[in-house]
Amino acid sequence: MSHASHKSLRNTLVLVTLIVLGFIMLIPLIWTVLLSLKANGELMRSTANAFHGPYTLENYIDILNNSSVFRWLMNSVIVSGLTTLGVLVLSSLAGYGFARLDFPGRDKLFLFVLFGLAIPEQAVIITRHQLFTALHLHNSYPGLILPGLAAPFGVFLMTQYFRAIPKELDEAALLDNASRFQVFWKVLLPLTLPAQATLGIFTFLASWNEYWWPLISATRSEMFTLTVGLAASQINFAQTSGLGYLMTQAVFAATPILVVYIIFQKYIVKAVSGAAAR
Amino acid sequence: MGARAASRQWSNALFVAPYLIAYLCLLIFPLVSGMGLSLFKADLFGGREFVGLENFARLFKDTVFLQSVANTFYFVLLTVPPLTVIPLFLALLLNRSDRTAAIFRGVFFSSSVLSVTIVTLIWRMILMTEGGLAANIRHAMGFDAIPFLSDPNLVMISMAIITVWWCLGLPMMLYLSALQQVPQDIYEAAELDNSGWFRTLWSITLPALSRTVILVAIFQCVLQFQLFGQPQLITQGGPNGASRPIVLFIFEVGFRRWDIGYAAAASQILFGIILLATLIQYFVTSRKQVSS
Repeated sequence: MSHASHKSLRNTLVLVTLIVLGFIMLIPLIWTVLLSLKANGELMRSTANAFHGPYTLENYIDILNNSSVFRWLMNSVIVSGLTTLGVLVLSSLAGYGFARLDFPGRDKLFLFVLFGLAIPEQAVIITRHQLFTALHLHNSYPGLILPGLAAPFGVFLMTQYFRAIPKELDEAALLDNASRFQVFWKVLLPLTLPAQATLGIFTFLASWNEYWWPLISATRSEMFTLTVGLAASQINFAQTSGLGYLMTQAVFAATPILVVYIIFQKYIVKAVSGAAAR
Repeated sequence: MGARAASRQWSNALFVAPYLIAYLCLLIFPLVSGMGLSLFKADLFGGREFVGLENFARLFKDTVFLQSVANTFYFVLLTVPPLTVIPLFLALLLNRSDRTAAIFRGVFFSSSVLSVTIVTLIWRMILMTEGGLAANIRHAMGFDAIPFLSDPNLVMISMAIITVWWCLGLPMMLYLSALQQVPQDIYEAAELDNSGWFRTLWSITLPALSRTVILVAIFQCVLQFQLFGQPQLITQGGPNGASRPIVLFIFEVGFRRWDIGYAAAASQILFGIILLATLIQYFVTSRKQVSS
């Protein structure tokens, strides 16, 4: 067998393997979509009906008339959006400070922040819950947003990024009598856009999918995020008569984040490689 | 004005102050007060009594807690090897820059962007014995449904399958980015040598990835030790506690029974385990930086 035909045989094998594995990967999603397109009554008799018609959009129409699901979607957008914005602002300022400015105790403080990378949420969640109870922050947007702002990963990433920018750039600007903040804002910040994108995508995804904290902090339905709202829907799973409707909720909740993923796919790949290279 | 850039001024700390305030109030303060709390018998209504290390002594005699520790280690053992190996295999298949590879990368990463509540909802519809997809397939072949979620011997394996499906995207991406960094000229030399595909894989690609393999394994250990949502949403830790991990134990004790001193003590033990894994990760990473 020649070298070339050997190679094309191998490529075919790789492709077949990928198609089989990819199909296995997608079966759960396909099954979910099929169920969401069936009338609830029919699913009560047998879910095997989902493999053939008749299909209906009944569940999707029901969801469009369900105001609480939209409220949860809006909450998720507000919480994830503001968390991302807050993390970007705090991490950029701190990253610039740690990388470029000198002040007493700077290096020790930076190490102290790095230590935070090893703190799992479970080690702080009980006392943070008490703190927020004392401050009356539960069931509020600040209550859902604030905990995300303390994550040290962004500070670490931005500090590394600012350090990699040549110092001559800001020194030249300082000689032109620009203020510290002007140098940060006008000269350096535009150069950090790739790192901002990486950090922004990670923070948004993590915040959108955050489960434990909103589960215990947002106890009133109108403050649920989409993630927690969906948990509330499946608590009474055994009693539910609307399997199709439940699956439609899953599709409805998955769609925005899948769309975000598809739009930003290129950046996500870069983000992972960027974070991995550090 | 060069002196201005180098000067050591308190005012410079203003840039880091906003973050540090958030860090101290929302991470360090809760951590330290949680450590303190673990030494008290405390409830929600402010009742507080110093008990020293009694909470920890109680934990080591609490069969429910010990079972949750064993469950967690078992789960880590079930998930970390497949989450280290399967993504590596996928990355090797997908390490090309054509459109087909890009589409499949998207397929294998898609589950990673879903929240735990969506993932559990989807998988319940597959694994449940009444009308689940797996049960339908078994019935069609003339068998009884497998009790994935109600058999104590199977339930953790089911959680592991769900978790591997959910989490394999990120390690795959990490491997792909590591593969990009293997110098191409080594491959060209191997091609000239006419060494076979498997030989190239074994003696060039895999050694170049060894550090990434270790990092993925440790990272997944840390992540999977924190198992919570999957059993909390699907089985509530049952049957008979067979799927209750440490974090679910902390959640139930802290937020359902409001025995917060005891829950804080359990979370210190989890913190200790994770800190240890993180330190190992740190040493693995820094050793490589010294040697390169």
